[in-house]
Amino acid sequence: MFSRYTSWAIALLTMALGLALPWLKTPLIIGLSYGFAALGVALLIRAGQVSFGHAGFTCVAGYAVVVVGRLWPQADALLLLAVGAVTGLIGGAIVGLFMMRYRGIFFGMLNLALSMVLFAALGKFYNLTGGTDGVRLERPPILGQALERAHYESWLLVISAVAVVMICTLMRRFYASPTGVALSALKTNEVRLEYLGISARSVFYRGYIVSATLCGFSGGMFALIQGLVTPELGYWVRSGEYVFIAVLGGTLHPVGAFMGAMAFEFLKLFAASALTGAWQMVIGTVLLLLIFLAPSGLVAWLLRLDRQFMKRTV
Amino acid sequence: MNASMWVLALLDGTTQAALLFLVALGLSLIFGVMRILNVAHGSFYAFGGYAAATVSAWLANGESVPMSVLALLMGALLMGVVLGLILEIGLVRRILTIDPVMQLLATFAVFMIMEDLQRMIWGASPVSVTHAVDAMGTLNVVGVTYTAYQVILLPLAAISVFIALRWSLSHTRFGRQVMAVTHHREVASAMGINAKQVGLLTFCVGAVMGTLGGALASPTTSLVPGIGGDMMVLSFAVVAVAGLGQITGTAVAAVLIGMGKAFAVYLLPELDVLVPYLMMLLVLLWRPQGLFAVDEARRV
Repeated sequence: MFSRYTSWAIALLTMALGLALPWLKTPLIIGLSYGFAALGVALLIRAGQVSFGHAGFTCVAGYAVVVVGRLWPQADALLLLAVGAVTGLIGGAIVGLFMMRYRGIFFGMLNLALSMVLFAALGKFYNLTGGTDGVRLERPPILGQALERAHYESWLLVISAVAVVMICTLMRRFYASPTGVALSALKTNEVRLEYLGISARSVFYRGYIVSATLCGFSGGMFALIQGLVTPELGYWVRSGEYVFIAVLGGTLHPVGAFMGAMAFEFLKLFAASALTGAWQMVIGTVLLLLIFLAPSGLVAWLLRLDRQFMKRTV
Repeated sequence: MNASMWVLALLDGTTQAALLFLVALGLSLIFGVMRILNVAHGSFYAFGGYAAATVSAWLANGESVPMSVLALLMGALLMGVVLGLILEIGLVRRILTIDPVMQLLATFAVFMIMEDLQRMIWGASPVSVTHAVDAMGTLNVVGVTYTAYQVILLPLAAISVFIALRWSLSHTRFGRQVMAVTHHREVASAMGINAKQVGLLTFCVGAVMGTLGGALASPTTSLVPGIGGDMMVLSFAVVAVAGLGQITGTAVAAVLIGMGKAFAVYLLPELDVLVPYLMMLLVLLWRPQGLFAVDEARRV
């Protein structure tokens, strides 16, 4: 009941906040962009696997968006977002072929290693990637309209809010689909899953592709709002932040990732002023507290509310 | 590439392999007993390096060899035992039974915290204390001038740790207990082994190996933020190539990756950062559990 409408609530709230307080627009869009990537990571956590390298997919998608935007300056922002998602999909389909064989520590560290390779390579090939300075993206038109900055950001905010509702609905369906259910069974017991005649690898492969696609979409959002893509977008600290958001929000329901992302963004706004230079320490400490005190994340409270509501109506 | 460059690459490779071996061995040992991959192990390396540099700056100068080496060892031992005790008692023994995803996240959280702690304590500008290297001078190896510290001391340290560990695991009471707990924690406990105590001691020994790697590396490089993360991934590459928990395998893998990295610097300078990872990916494609791993039964 409550969890069903939380994505709408988040979308409406961010839009209202962003339009009322223009200085909040950019942090809000960035927060939601974090949410998409964190949802991708959360999907894999449901399968019992943590990836410390999914920022790699957002980074590649970001670069792909910039390349397309440069080759074809009239390309619409919506098209560029699609480019990001498709890049993630292709990346996931290729890398997943290899990753679907690994579980647990190996899975986490191989993703980390791959993203570090990408990070190093992006910094090295200066002529192609602009090195650590990154590459700039000219502001693209939205729905065929060339917009100035304020309007452009408002539109992006609306687009990301709509995307939150759509993606939450789609992901809720995916979680309930045979593949989605098999994915969480992967965590419970892979051997038993195979005894049922389901290929654990193919289930995990599909899950990996979906998660990479979400990260790709998030990479597209980052490129559009920041207008700049640097290798930093694929650094392991970024991947760690996605994992953090996924755990903070909880993985029981897709909207958890966005709750986590919003909490994270406001924590960051606060920490930036109060605790400069100790950002990773803040994340690490909160993560440790979460593991011991609230391992199911923020969304668990929402689901508890749901259950109480159900009991009262029955 | 001429003859002297081959020698240079070989020497670089030996140095790298020795350091990698020490750090990776600690990681592997801890995993064997606790069944937890300690992501903060890279930070042990960094903290060991900084601690050794600090102690060296106090005690040693560039003249006395025993004093400067002793300073390094003291720094490593102190830091390793302190970190090991705090982390094992404060965290690791409390997460032995939780969801593996959360275990991995917990040590990752420690890694993030230590990364910032390190910046707060020692700052972000490079730290370099080279007393031990200065004191030992240089050697001429078939026409190539190289520091004696790297040619003699580093391989010697790695080999003696390797022999000492192998011997003590099979010949001492504590070593046999470690082997038993590694094999099967519950059965070992049922036989009367205090698995908790074994865990604490092993964690400290593993941590000291991590800090020792950092301490021995400190006179030859400058310490900057970020070395912990790099070393973590490199030592994981070694452990993954070897198979988790394999001592001799770790030695072979460290030599493979150390040499691979050193030769890449001379042969494929564009790719030197990538070579260790490419080697790891290739090995894992061929043998997903590592080169020397023993097959384990799947528990239903």
